[in-house]
Amino acid sequence: MKIVVCVKQVPDTWSEKRLDPADQTLDRAAADGVIDELDTYAVEEALKLKESLGDATVVVLAMGPAGAAESLRKALSMGADEAVHIVDDALHGSDALATSLVLAKAIEQIGYDLVLLGSESTDARMGVMAAMLAERLGVPQATLASGVAVDGTSLRVTRMTSAAQEEVAATLPAVVSVLEKINEPRYPSFKGIMAAKSKPTSTLSLADLGIDASSVGLAAAATKVLDSTARPPRGERTIIKDDGDAGARIADFLASRKLL
Amino acid sequence: MNVERTLPTPEARELLEMVREFGRDELAPRAPGAERDAAFPRDVFAKIGGMGLLGLPYAEEHGGAGLPYEVFLQVVEELARSWLTVGLGVSVHTLSCFGLARYGTADQKARWLPKMLGGSELGAYCLSEPDSGSDAAALRTRATTADDGYRLDGTKAWITHGGVADFYTVMARTSDDGARGISCFLLFSDDAGLAAATPEHKMGLRASPTAQVRLDGVAVAANRLIGEPGHGFAIALAALDTGRLGIAACAVGLAQAALDVATDYAGQRHQFGRPLRDFEGLSFMLADMATGVEAARALYLAAARRLDAGQPVTKQAAMAKLFCSDLAMRVTIDAVQVLGGYGYVEDYPVERYMREAKALQIVEGTNQVQRLVISRQLYGQV
Repeated sequence: MKIVVCVKQVPDTWSEKRLDPADQTLDRAAADGVIDELDTYAVEEALKLKESLGDATVVVLAMGPAGAAESLRKALSMGADEAVHIVDDALHGSDALATSLVLAKAIEQIGYDLVLLGSESTDARMGVMAAMLAERLGVPQATLASGVAVDGTSLRVTRMTSAAQEEVAATLPAVVSVLEKINEPRYPSFKGIMAAKSKPTSTLSLADLGIDASSVGLAAAATKVLDSTARPPRGERTIIKDDGDAGARIADFLASRKLL
Repeated sequence: MNVERTLPTPEARELLEMVREFGRDELAPRAPGAERDAAFPRDVFAKIGGMGLLGLPYAEEHGGAGLPYEVFLQVVEELARSWLTVGLGVSVHTLSCFGLARYGTADQKARWLPKMLGGSELGAYCLSEPDSGSDAAALRTRATTADDGYRLDGTKAWITHGGVADFYTVMARTSDDGARGISCFLLFSDDAGLAAATPEHKMGLRASPTAQVRLDGVAVAANRLIGEPGHGFAIALAALDTGRLGIAACAVGLAQAALDVATDYAGQRHQFGRPLRDFEGLSFMLADMATGVEAARALYLAAARRLDAGQPVTKQAAMAKLFCSDLAMRVTIDAVQVLGGYGYVEDYPVERYMREAKALQIVEGTNQVQRLVISRQLYGQV
């Protein structure tokens, strides 16, 4: 069984994110890049499946500039078996459609039984990648998973939506996006960090995937960010300490702003 | 704030990044509540044990990571930066493994070290007694020979992890020959006759239990004597060289934490229509604090690199412990001052840091004992 986990390198959630005024794309130099926290849940779930199934290989896949290799190494330190990095200057500014095209080609080339990824990225927050990948790969999708079970080629997923908790089933191969509540990602051990050094890592370009550079990147994006304005600084804050009536005071505050 | 570190390998850098992230996400948020409630976080030590952080400087063949002290101590510093109880705990645990790792026989090491370094067990180091602290060689706990080993009687005091540790490295008297009559033993929490008293009620570091450990006729097999009979004090002192560097690293981590809060606060807080950082009276204070932290880090790392190179570090470890803990005291006091009224209340952590810093001027040899060690070294005395 082969599990491919898509991971994304994003600006550290603790840092301030900025757009590059030149082309309105993410200013990657403005913040430290880290593995998207939401994707670490997908890595953890893949490792747990591997541990329970025994015979499984976990391949982590990232598309992004050179720095994304750090996110892949983090996933390898956690226990993934192999890493594949798609890096190509022509990818700069790619939108979700182009990203899903590239990832799907790579996933097909790697081979897979199950594709796992986070429910959304913490930077762009589109939340569409699982659906797009499933469509491009022509396989079932289960999004917002809070539980994943595999038995042979049958997949069972618990989905959390705002309306209900659903149990859905499909036959592998399939694409599943996971929620934060599905598990608690492990921290790499020092032995894991050392072991990651010798794990196979490969790099793919657009040419390797047979993708024409004109179909990806900023110029090919279906939407365009025309302008952006930095968020204004936060105004006065009120801190309410609970002396037994905090609930009522918060309700009064919200009511005064006509939010209740 | 990013600490600019010099590290020997990319893997060491990844390790430090991982520890920083763990500290920020898992330790710092829990510290205030646990310190208020004096709740020892055993689960945290299980977790960092699983990450391989409870045997870093020891040989890989016994379950350690074979890392130099230069790296291990920076891990301790980062842990202490997020939660002193945890940084100190890792330092003390590592210190309590030192005797066996350095002086144990191959058989003893194969038998006990993997468990001690493996992450599931926690250690304590028992040298001080109610009546012998700085004058450690005056200890009175007795180890008398019995049928197939020894029988230990006495009371150990100020024991970090007393009552929660799984193993105890204990110095006890096997003869009346002063410092040369002390031997080192490995005891376990389930040894009959070993019991910990109620933890002390401390000014700070409340989540880290400190308790007396009573030994009432504890039967110990002969193979749990570490090193030769009478070599216990030498083992204790060698262990303390590394332990003092651990305290120095903890002190730098704590001072860094106080500096982080003070810097952040002075950048955001406005008075007279300007952020505090624009007032030289405060920005120069921050500059002095930052310079002190950097100097302290450089001093303990210089000693660590000597240790890694196999050079003697008794003097340098004492200097590092003295300088770093005095610095942590000053920086934490200054951090309270930078925050003014907010520094004095529990909404910010700096009043806690200040209370915690005081402990570091006392533990593993008071700073007066460090000066004694240093001054004797100046005249070539040991």
